Amino acid sequence: MMKRDAALSLLAQHYPDGIVVPVYQAAFDWMAIRPHPLNYLCTGAMGQGSSHALGLALGCPEETVVVLDGDGSLLMNLGSLVTIAATAPKNLIHMLVYNGLYEVNGRYPVPGGRDLDFAAFAKGAGYAQVFDMRELDQFAEVLPTILSASGPVFVVLHVEQGEVYPKDYVAIHSAESRGRFRQALRARLAG
Amino acid sequence: MSRGIEGAHIIAAVKGAGVGFVVTLPDIVTCDGLLWPMTHDPNLTVVPVCKEDEGVSICAGLSYADKRAILLMQHTGFLDSINAIRAIAVEYGLPVVMVVGLQGMEPDRHPSDSASYGLRTLLPIIAAMELPCLVLEREDQVAQIGQIIEDAYQKSEPFVVLVPQPPLGPEATRSESGRAPVERAVSR
Repeated sequence: MMKRDAALSLLAQHYPDGIVVPVYQAAFDWMAIRPHPLNYLCTGAMGQGSSHALGLALGCPEETVVVLDGDGSLLMNLGSLVTIAATAPKNLIHMLVYNGLYEVNGRYPVPGGRDLDFAAFAKGAGYAQVFDMRELDQFAEVLPTILSASGPVFVVLHVEQGEVYPKDYVAIHSAESRGRFRQALRARLAG
Repeated sequence: MSRGIEGAHIIAAVKGAGVGFVVTLPDIVTCDGLLWPMTHDPNLTVVPVCKEDEGVSICAGLSYADKRAILLMQHTGFLDSINAIRAIAVEYGLPVVMVVGLQGMEPDRHPSDSASYGLRTLLPIIAAMELPCLVLEREDQVAQIGQIIEDAYQKSEPFVVLVPQPPLGPEATRSESGRAPVERAVSR
């Protein structure tokens, strides 16, 4: 089992300035670990992170898009696994930060708790590559392969709470966050 | 009423407004006249989704990359997607253009007068959500579609186009039953 902040810090080291769609608890951690204008913070409705990421991946085929999904969120939009696999964007990396909890909603367990096999869901949906990461050293070893793989890639990160960061709800819904991302993406795409 | 509107004219208006993506879950009203021809159009990328609220977010994501899209769906899918539309399209002010087939809509009636509860309540719901809307009932309204899409993207705001009756498809896709020929479904 990995500490979530340790796993995300590792990702930030290897992926310092690319597009990331973090959702809810992962977003709160990610904003502190890797503050960056290319963090797409405003997903609006629970479960929608993977779908926003698909739209970005289709719109920016030359850019890698990483989504840091939550288990409760993905359970609310499981069909997106099939949609993403069928659309098959090579530049989309779908990471599931799996803690078995609705962490921002009172730490109540998700249906199925920690017993769900999300990797099997993704394989069954047809993702090009699937990785199931339980330990930090394992993730560290495989991460370069994940980041260079042809997608869509699905990665399960089995995590527990690490350091606690502020829950900045204003940032994940603000017009400023959206405007900052839009400007940064335009600049990136303009080369 | 919309019976007799050429689907090709709607498609031309959509493409003329710079739309390159059609995000969709098939709807019986729009499938033959719009979706199948769009699927075969090399200048459009059709993205089928499993549930319509995915489409709201996909259109949002595309918009940040300055890529234009429409979300083509049935009115039941619109109703099922209200929370995503509320948050992403309305509260975030993003250009999500929805083209919505009214499944079960009676000919010669306006949606407000439908005997169907799900159809009769649709316009009041759209109004309550403060969504701009066009009920596409006549061929001469097709000319508005291009400007609607242009305005949605210029102003960064959503729009709903309701399609009460099936637009006419190309001759090859028309059938007496209104169903897609089997060979097209297989070829897909």
